[in-house]
Amino acid sequence: MTASDVAPVISVRALTKRFGDLVAVDALTFEVQRGEVFAFLGPNGSGKSTTIRMLCGILEPTSGEGRVLGFDIAREGERVKQQIGYMSQRFALYEDLTVRENLEFYAGVYQVAGASLSGRLDELMTMAGLQDRQGQLAGSLSGGWKQRLALGCAIVHNPPLLFLDEPTAGVDPVSRRRFWTMIYGLAQGGVTVFVTTHYLDEAEHANRVAMIHGGTLRALASPAELKRSAMQGQLLNVTCASPMEAAALLERAPGVNEVALYGAAIHVLVDPTRTSEESVSDWLSDHGIAVGNVAPIEPTLEDVFVSLIGTATVATGQSTTR
Amino acid sequence: MWSRIRSIIRKEFIQIRRDPRTLAMVLALPALQLLLFGYAFNTVVDHLPLVIFDESKDAYSRQLISAFGNTGYFDIRGHVDSREAVAAAIDAGDAKVGLVLPPRFGDDILRRQVSLAQLIVDGSDPNTAQTALFAGWMIAAAVSESVQQPNVVAARQGAIELRPVVLYNPSMLSVNFMIPGLIGLILQFQTLILTAFAIVRERERGTLEQLVVTPIKSWELMIGKIIPYVATAFMAVAVALLVARVWFGVETAGSLPLLVLLSSLFLLSSLGIGLFISTISQTQTQAMQLAVFVMLPSVLLSGFMFPRESMPWIIQQLGLLIPLTYFLQILRGIMLKGVGLEVLWGSVVPLAIFGVAVFGLSAARFRKRLG
Repeated sequence: MTASDVAPVISVRALTKRFGDLVAVDALTFEVQRGEVFAFLGPNGSGKSTTIRMLCGILEPTSGEGRVLGFDIAREGERVKQQIGYMSQRFALYEDLTVRENLEFYAGVYQVAGASLSGRLDELMTMAGLQDRQGQLAGSLSGGWKQRLALGCAIVHNPPLLFLDEPTAGVDPVSRRRFWTMIYGLAQGGVTVFVTTHYLDEAEHANRVAMIHGGTLRALASPAELKRSAMQGQLLNVTCASPMEAAALLERAPGVNEVALYGAAIHVLVDPTRTSEESVSDWLSDHGIAVGNVAPIEPTLEDVFVSLIGTATVATGQSTTR
Repeated sequence: MWSRIRSIIRKEFIQIRRDPRTLAMVLALPALQLLLFGYAFNTVVDHLPLVIFDESKDAYSRQLISAFGNTGYFDIRGHVDSREAVAAAIDAGDAKVGLVLPPRFGDDILRRQVSLAQLIVDGSDPNTAQTALFAGWMIAAAVSESVQQPNVVAARQGAIELRPVVLYNPSMLSVNFMIPGLIGLILQFQTLILTAFAIVRERERGTLEQLVVTPIKSWELMIGKIIPYVATAFMAVAVALLVARVWFGVETAGSLPLLVLLSSLFLLSSLGIGLFISTISQTQTQAMQLAVFVMLPSVLLSGFMFPRESMPWIIQQLGLLIPLTYFLQILRGIMLKGVGLEVLWGSVVPLAIFGVAVFGLSAARFRKRLG
């Protein structure tokens, strides 16, 4: 093993970006290892895009430092660009070009050489399942096909690091599954994947999740670890009449740490040493609320995020509908 | 580096080929514009409706009348029997021109005296009036010569308000005059709009965001975008020149290579403006509006439509700030007069200064905005 195999693919220290008085990204420090699927999770305006732009070498940090694939992002941005793939939620395809022409265009842009080009294009079209559609205009493809073609264009030059910016927006669940299968395949082959998202269920696909809010890093761990460690106590799911009123009441109940509304249900984080399912149920009944059911549940990433941020500013579980 | 530029050029050409609007703009628009302008300026100079009041009614008067009818400048609409009837026909718009031949018209020619014919012209449209006068003079002179009496004189009278406009030859010089102007305008319009659109479209579609994270450098993108649209602009010029030649019989008097060379110089400034527009527009609609805003002064003040000589001093000075003004002088010089650099350098130098300055500044801005 050489040094570059063990060195982190992305490594940033106190990375900061200010726009005038606004601190968009505030002293981020983290590392991403080779072959990792790393999710950068946060609501809109939390600094995700600014961070990704700095990592891609197109935006200069105000302070702090970052290295991507061994290159300094502030001074060697041009060298970073040749080594990374980038795919945004807008699927930057030329709609009036065919599938093959789109791939050929990006191959030319990344200077994929003549002899290996044809084989590489065939390989990508097979991977994306687009062999039979190579003469079709990209504009006439449906969302899932466009997404896979956009991915193909982003990795035409075999980049060791792939940035995905909100990659599955507006794509049906079957296509999303297929897309993630492709991403895992790439990661297995040693490609590092850095994905930003504000969809919590999308972050569940990652090896590690960085939760970012207001430009600062709030948590960084695997999804399972986050659920285990970030939630202090037992999470209860409560169904009852007039949930708004009930939630307000529960805020004042003994042994209750957090209350969050989920549609008609309420998620209540309680201290199991001080209270129980029965006492929560009784408390509500005593205050004139007809209780349906109170049961312990496993926390989702959303629960973790709400717990960390304090407000439900993140898109909820039904993330495919926008 | 060249492989990246080549990729962009190739992509742009595919996109031009697939977009009917762009294709129409490149191929059909120049031909259409030339035909429209050519005919719009042509119809006014021939087939003017003419009424005649012939009191002389002899061989000479008939000769003059048939000469008027034969030229094609006039259509004889009829004979009337009083001066009042001539005036009434012009008032009513049935005729633009009246020809009055007094009773002594033929006798005067025989007596070798000055023979007077009177041409009454509707001067409300100065262009028409002037053409009628020129044509009348020419016909009178020709008839004079044929009767070997160099003294038939056509005179004018009445409600004629003539303004001294630049002298159009009553032949087809108006087309000659329009063609260089049109070529200049097409060059400017196409490069400016298409270049701006090609970049703004990528911004709209989100592909520019993608290109920024690829190894493409902003100047490579710029070159890759410019070359295809310069090529199409020259194609448009070729179409315009072809239509001019085949349809109107107008040929370039001077050097074609010089024309192409100086056109390239002119393109620098249009490309620069196009690039500039692309840096300040978010959508194609915005780009279009800005382009029209820029084009309008060019059309009005450069001398394309109206002769600069008849403009007030201050407007003339404003016209000197427009690259098309210089380019029109160059185009007309080469195409109509067949002159070369030795005459044109006075226009070439400001054009070059404009081109380099506008393009340089816009290119710098383009780089900064993209990076």
